[in-house]
Amino acid sequence: MALGRAMGWRRSLDSGDLSSESLVRAAFDRIRALDGTLHAILATDEARSLDLARKADARLRAGERSPVLGLPIVLKDNLHWSGLPMTCGSRVLDGYVAPYDATVVGRLLEAGAIPIAKANLDEFAMGSSGEYSAFGPARNPWDPTRVPGGSSSGSVVAVAAGYAPLALGSDTGGSVRLPASFCNVTALRPTYGVLSRYGLTAMASSLDQVGPIAATAADLALAFGVMAGADPLDSTSVDLPGTERLADLQPLDLEGLRIGLPEEYFTDGLEPGVRELLDAALRVFEGRGARRVPVSLPHTRYAIDTYYLLCTSEVSSNLSRFDGVRYGLRVPSSDGGLPEMMARTRDAGLGDEVKRRILLGTFCLSKGYYDAFYLKALKARTLIAEDFRAAFAQADILASPVSPGTAFPFGAKTADPMSMYLADVFTVPTALAGLPCLSMPAGFTGGLPVGIQLIGPALSDVRLLEAAHAFQSLTRHHLETPTLSA
Amino acid sequence: MKPGLEAIIGLEVHVQLRTRSKMFCACRTTYGAPPNTQTCPVCLGLPGALPVLNREAVRLGLALGLAVGARIREHSTFYRKQYFYPDLPKGYQITQGPVALVEGGALEIPGDPVVRGAAGPVRIGLERAHLEEDAGKSSHDQRPDATLVDLNRAGIPLLEVVGSPDLRSPQEASDFLKALHRLVVFLGLGEGNLEEGGFRCDANVSLRRVGEAAYGTRAEVKNLNSFRFVKQALAFEIERQAALLQAGGRVAQETRGWDAEKGETRAQRSKEAAMDYRYFPEPDLPALAVTEAEITAVRAALPELPEARSRRWRAAFDLGEEEIATLLQDPAFTGYFEALAVACGNGKAAATWMLGEVSRTLNEQGRGIGAFPVPPEALGELVGLVEARTISFGTAKEQVFPALLAGEGSAGAIVAKRGLAQVSDRTAIEALVAQVLAANPGPVAQFRSGKTGLQGFLVGQVLKAGGGRLDPKVVNEVLVEGLAKG
Repeated sequence: MALGRAMGWRRSLDSGDLSSESLVRAAFDRIRALDGTLHAILATDEARSLDLARKADARLRAGERSPVLGLPIVLKDNLHWSGLPMTCGSRVLDGYVAPYDATVVGRLLEAGAIPIAKANLDEFAMGSSGEYSAFGPARNPWDPTRVPGGSSSGSVVAVAAGYAPLALGSDTGGSVRLPASFCNVTALRPTYGVLSRYGLTAMASSLDQVGPIAATAADLALAFGVMAGADPLDSTSVDLPGTERLADLQPLDLEGLRIGLPEEYFTDGLEPGVRELLDAALRVFEGRGARRVPVSLPHTRYAIDTYYLLCTSEVSSNLSRFDGVRYGLRVPSSDGGLPEMMARTRDAGLGDEVKRRILLGTFCLSKGYYDAFYLKALKARTLIAEDFRAAFAQADILASPVSPGTAFPFGAKTADPMSMYLADVFTVPTALAGLPCLSMPAGFTGGLPVGIQLIGPALSDVRLLEAAHAFQSLTRHHLETPTLSA
Repeated sequence: MKPGLEAIIGLEVHVQLRTRSKMFCACRTTYGAPPNTQTCPVCLGLPGALPVLNREAVRLGLALGLAVGARIREHSTFYRKQYFYPDLPKGYQITQGPVALVEGGALEIPGDPVVRGAAGPVRIGLERAHLEEDAGKSSHDQRPDATLVDLNRAGIPLLEVVGSPDLRSPQEASDFLKALHRLVVFLGLGEGNLEEGGFRCDANVSLRRVGEAAYGTRAEVKNLNSFRFVKQALAFEIERQAALLQAGGRVAQETRGWDAEKGETRAQRSKEAAMDYRYFPEPDLPALAVTEAEITAVRAALPELPEARSRRWRAAFDLGEEEIATLLQDPAFTGYFEALAVACGNGKAAATWMLGEVSRTLNEQGRGIGAFPVPPEALGELVGLVEARTISFGTAKEQVFPALLAGEGSAGAIVAKRGLAQVSDRTAIEALVAQVLAANPGPVAQFRSGKTGLQGFLVGQVLKAGGGRLDPKVVNEVLVEGLAKG
C-alpha cells in the first residue's frame, strides 16, 4: 500500500477508521518492498516507531487532535533524532548516534508525528542529484536509471514512492525543490528562520532551511504548521504569521493575483518541455483571474557565483568540527600526532564534492582573497535580495521553472561539477534572498515529472502554500504516482 | 637597558566573566568540576548545535566599558576565528575580534618616575574590549599515549581587553595589570583568579630610540599569569631585545613563551609562520545590538570605582597611597572599611583599624572579611569610644576588641561591665599627678635639671597609678603643668 496523501490519512485517523500503528506497519512494509531498488533509507528503528504509533493511537482514542498526530514522517539524515545514527551521508560520522532531538523533530514528536526513517542524501547535503551520498545514491521512482535530484534525495523519494505521506528535507540552494521537481512531489523552502536550524547539521548556515515535503501543499502544511516559529535555541529563527491557517489549508482566491515572471529565468538553456508546462500552469492560474506581469531580477546572473562563494566559505568553517577528536570516524596517525590524525580522518571520511567545497571555501576566506571573494559575494547577495524586493512591488508572487530540465541519468553530470552547479540556477537566488518558495508538480515531459516554482515575499509562506493549494485544487498532476513493482 | 632606548609595552588580558552559564549555552561555569561534566551539544561542538548569546556577559562587558570611559558600539559583530586544535570543538572560536562592543577608554596608573622623568599618574589607553568564548583544556602530560581534553572550560565567556602601547616599563605594566584586575574584581566581572586562568595576560613589547615616533618590531610574550611574571618576563625581554639591537641585530616579530622556572622568554612561533585564521562573520548570530536603555541601566548599577574612591579618601580621610591600595585590594574589604568609616565618623581612624587589628585578626584566622564576626557598626562603636577618648586606644585594642570578637556584647556594654571607661576628670588626675611627683623626688629633680626625657617615665607612673584608665592626653597636660609649677 502506498502512503500517498497525508490529508486522507489524517481523516481516517481522526475518525478511528485506521490506527497509526497499522499505518506505520504499512510504511515499513512499503520500505521493505521497494527500498532495495530505490535506496532512499539509511536507518530505521521499527520497534521504536511502532511504539510511538501506539502512543499516538492512545492519544487519538483519548480524543486528542493534532495535524500530524499518528502520521508517519521520514527525516533527512542530517537532522538529529535522538537514539538513531546520523550520518549526513558521510563516512566521517561513522558511529555517531544523535544524542538530542533537532527542534523541528522535537516539535513533530510532541505533536504526535511518527518518525519512521532517516533518509539518504548527498553527503552533508552537498549535491543536486543524490549521487554524492557515501552510501550510494537513491533512485528516481519514475525511472530508476535516473537521479531523484538532491540533496534531499531520500526524503523526496520516500514521499514519491509512498513510504510515508510526509518527509523533511533541507534546502540550502534548492535541495528540496529540485528533487521535488524531479519526482513529482511538493516541497517548501520556508522564509529563512521560520523553521529552527537547531539540530540540522549545518552546511551553509546563512542559507540552510529545513523544508517539508509531501504530495501536496495542503499535506505538507500539516507538518509545517507544528514546526514553524521562533526557537530560543536558534538565534536566527523568527515567528511566522498565519500558521493557524495551515492545519486546514484553503485555496487562495486567484482573482487579480499578479504573477511575476522573471525575464532573466527564461533563457535558451530552458528545455522546451519545461517551458511549455510552466506556460500551461500559468494558464490555469489565469483561468481563475490571475494575470502575468513581467518582472526583472537583473542580478540573477551573479547568483550562482555568489551562492557558491558564500556556501563554500561557510562549508569550510562548518565542517571543521569533523576532525576525529570527539565523535565519528578516527583514522590514527602513523606518528601518534594530532595534526596527522585529523588530516587522515578528514581525508578518509569526506567525499570529493565535500573536499572540493572545503578547499574552495578555505581559499575564499584566506587573507588577501577575503575582500575580493567573500565580501564581494555578500554585496552581491544584498543586490539580489533588492531585486526581489523591487519585483514584489509589481507582483504578488513570482513563478519560475525549478530546473532547466528533468531528472538526468546517473553519471551525466558528476564528471563536470560546474554543470551540476548550474542545475541550481533557478533555486539559488531565492535562497540568497531568504524568501519562501516551493516546488509543485506541473506535469510531465518525456515521461518525467516537471515542477514549477512559486516564490513569495518574506514571511508570506502561508499565502504561498494557499496559492499552491489553489493550483492543486484545479489540477491533477500531483495525483500522478509512479508505477512501482515490489 | 642602555640609555637612549625606550620600551613600548601593550598588554592583552583575557578576563573570564563571572556568569552562571557559558557564553553560548546554558552549561554551568563552576571551576574544578569533573572533566567534561559541564558540557552540552553546543559547547561540545556537536553537529547541528547553535550558539545563543549570554546577555549577562554583554552586561558585564558594558560595565567595564562604561567604567573606563569607553565608547559602546550600538552594533557589534561576532566572527569565527578558525584553526584546528583538539580543545577547540567547532574548529573555530566565536569572537568579536575587530568590531568590538567596547572601544577606547583608559585606566590611570601611578607612572614610573624612572622612565617618565617625573612622578605622577599617567593614563593608559585601551584600544578595545571584546567578547569571546574560551577554549577547552588539553592535557598532554597525564598519559604517555594520549592527549586528554576537558571541555568544561569550552565556551566560558571571556572579555579580552586590549591595552594601547602606552606602557613604558615592566613596573608600569604590572601597575596597569593590577589596576585592571582591581577594576574587574570591583565591578564583579570575574573572580580575577590568576592561578585558575581567570585573568590571563599576554604582552607586546618592542624597543625604540627615545624621541623616535615609529615603533620597533615587537615580540608577543604569552602566558604571564602573575603580576610578578609580567615584571620578570618584560624585564628579561627588554634586556634581550636591547642586547640584540646593541649588537646590530634585529628583533624578530614572533610569539615567545615565558618560562617561569628558567626565568626566560623563548621563541614559540614566528610571524611568518603565523596562522591565517580566516575570520568571517558568524552566520549563526545576529549582530549584537545594545540599546540606550541597556547602557543606562548598566551605568546606574555601576558601583563607585576604585579610582573615584581613592580620590575621595585622599581628600576626606587624609590617607596615603599605600593605605589606599591596601584598602582597595578586595571589594568586600573596601565595603567593610566604608561602612566602618561611616559608623565611627572618622575615616583615618577606620583605616588604622582596618589595616591594623582587623587585618591582623583575619590573617591569624586565615579568613576573609566576609567571615569577620563583628559587623562594621559594632566595631564602629568601639572606634568611636576611642575617638571620644572614653577609652584609650590601648584599652580598645587589648581588652575591648578581643571581647567584641568573642561576642561579649557591644563595645559600650563591655566598657561598662569591665569598668574600662577612661578617667578624663582633671581634678582626679591632678591628685594622682601630685601623688606621683611626691613619690618620685629623684626623677622630678632630674627632669627639672634638664633631663626632659624622664617625662615619659613619669607619665607611665601616673597611668599605672590610675589603673590604666586615665586619659593619657590629660595626664600629659597635668603633668607638664605640675612639673612647671614645682
